[in-house]
Amino acid sequence: MFTSSRRVASAAALVGLLSLGLSACGGGTTKDSTAAQGGGGQTTGSAPASADPNAPIKEGLKIAFLPKQINNPYETIVDKAGIEAAGEYKGEAKEVGPSDASASSQVSYINTLIQQKQDAILIAANDANAVCGPLKQAMSKGIKVVAYDSDAAKDCRNLFINQASSEEIGRSQVKMLSDQIGGKGEIAILSATANATNQNAWIEFMKDELGKPEYKDLKLVKVAYGDDDDQKSFQETQGLLQAYPDLKGIISPTTVGISAASRYISGSKYKGKVAVTGLGTPNQMREYVKNGTVKEFALWNPKDLGYLASFSAAALASGRITGAEGEKFTAGKLGEFTIGKDGEIILGPPFTFNAENIDEFDF
Amino acid sequence: MAPDVTTGALGGSLQRFLRWDVLVGVLLVFVFAGGLTGSPQFGNIDNLSFALGDLGEIALIALAMTLLVVAAEVDLSVASVLGLSSALVGNLWDAGWAIETIIPLVVVVGALCGLVNGLLVTRLGLPSLAVTIGTMALYRGLAYVVLGDRAVAGFPQQFTDLAVNDVPGTFIPYPVMLFVALAAVTGVVLHATGFGRSLFAIGAQVEAAHFAGIRVKRIKLILFVVASVVAAFAGVIYTFRYGSARADNGSGLEMAVIAAVLLGGVDFDGGKGTLGGVIAGVLLIGLLRNLLMLNDVSTEIQSIVTGLLLVISVITPRLVAAVRQRRRTPTLTTQPTPEG
Repeated sequence: MFTSSRRVASAAALVGLLSLGLSACGGGTTKDSTAAQGGGGQTTGSAPASADPNAPIKEGLKIAFLPKQINNPYETIVDKAGIEAAGEYKGEAKEVGPSDASASSQVSYINTLIQQKQDAILIAANDANAVCGPLKQAMSKGIKVVAYDSDAAKDCRNLFINQASSEEIGRSQVKMLSDQIGGKGEIAILSATANATNQNAWIEFMKDELGKPEYKDLKLVKVAYGDDDDQKSFQETQGLLQAYPDLKGIISPTTVGISAASRYISGSKYKGKVAVTGLGTPNQMREYVKNGTVKEFALWNPKDLGYLASFSAAALASGRITGAEGEKFTAGKLGEFTIGKDGEIILGPPFTFNAENIDEFDF
Repeated sequence: MAPDVTTGALGGSLQRFLRWDVLVGVLLVFVFAGGLTGSPQFGNIDNLSFALGDLGEIALIALAMTLLVVAAEVDLSVASVLGLSSALVGNLWDAGWAIETIIPLVVVVGALCGLVNGLLVTRLGLPSLAVTIGTMALYRGLAYVVLGDRAVAGFPQQFTDLAVNDVPGTFIPYPVMLFVALAAVTGVVLHATGFGRSLFAIGAQVEAAHFAGIRVKRIKLILFVVASVVAAFAGVIYTFRYGSARADNGSGLEMAVIAAVLLGGVDFDGGKGTLGGVIAGVLLIGLLRNLLMLNDVSTEIQSIVTGLLLVISVITPRLVAAVRQRRRTPTLTTQPTPEG
């Protein structure tokens, strides 16, 4: 091993020289030189055909939902509602997707959907940029792309159906937790994966909200990542409580995280002492709300999200809307929606669940 | 196994047909023909181009992995080297470095990773399975140190185009073209040179190879370095192809690579296998998956199908060998037994 250390050293020296030489040339392709040329990724964007608000919804539209991963209970609820909604406008909808929530695995599915000549692809992006190339290709072939739940880069989709404004979600969660713990003490966030676009947007707004004077006594000690894996989220919760014995509350803006955190706390000595809130589904959280571990948590109605996404894809594919700001359309029983800035449509404010109302919901 | 082939023309061709790598090739032809006739989208140029491109990194790494497995070693850290390479590309690009500088640097880092694997295996005599399980975690960890949880995007178009676009006039993406060229070189090295033969010798009987004057340790070291260099370069391609540099890029890819190598009929104990079989194995896994996806077959069924194929690929050669053994034993006393 030691005889070759000299060889290693000379190899290292070679690297140094090589990179020095290359950068000395100065003709390389760097971030700055590309930016000066006007950016690497040119927007292809489909030609802005004009919208015809009175165009009928076409019959037999082929719509495909591509969730972050299949067999994720939350995504299943969303997609199922979207598929059912397609029945209302006589479309054919389906759900396909990878079994792991990785960025690359969604790409193969996009290719498949392009080949199958779907009228619209609805995607909850695992990585805003990794799915971008294939989505652009889909759009160039006349396929409408609607992102829902987790956005793709703006120039790679026609619309983004936002479950609630990121700002509203982020800020309201801080308020909810602060009210529960009397506005004082150490708090932590238990998120999903570190790259999830939606999670990070919410966490940014939480941090911003915490900067306000009324929350000066709240101290965010850690953002932990449970990777939307039940066991890992459970262990991360355990770890948080051991590392920060004075912890007063946890915000978990993910359905997997909040139920794992509640399960751990409800079976530990921290029950009733550490508050848990965040985003969860009523069926997963019912037990913990009833046994007093959790006072309240929030969520939008995932069925409405799938329903709205499905209808907006149909409206796009039928030419009723093009995705431009200010266009309006009707999404079945949910009524009228207006497209906001950057092609974003917001479902509505988050809904708070507590012991009084939780039994009215079953999902 | 080579001396066996002296059993006459008929026996020879029969035996050749019974060879697993040839069977995989035949199976590949069946899947391809089945796809062309059974699915309207499969034969589409865009689809084939995508399906091939999607295999690019796996195929490239499989070449180097074949050499290792033939020499009775394995490298489980390749996907982590790919991830580390991707993370480095992202970090350095974000810091304003030029792509032309980043690529050679990343390849050298790959070589260092391979050197660590190779030295631990050859100098300390540790089993490569154990060593590379360790470095698999180590290199992936380093990838997270380099890039953290970030995802870097916005790479220059001329490079991302190279990773995605087809060679003009064909449906073969540039990375696959690179694979074709490297496969030709690897095929010649493995099957037509003394170096290639020494790999088989090492895999079959390492002591005999040593006493025959083969520099076993040096050769193994070279193989580990080559595997990591290829994996690092594959990391660059992967990053440009998806346009997103992340530390978790390609996680689990080592299993796809090893699956393809084993499916291609390379003996995990070393000493046996052909590169043609491995190439057929890579294509079979990729095209079959593509075909299943086009027909909306669920992910669970896809993974069951690939899993079964793999199990069969490991069992069949042993079964064939056992049958052959049994058939050979009674030939010594070929008394036609009276029937009924």
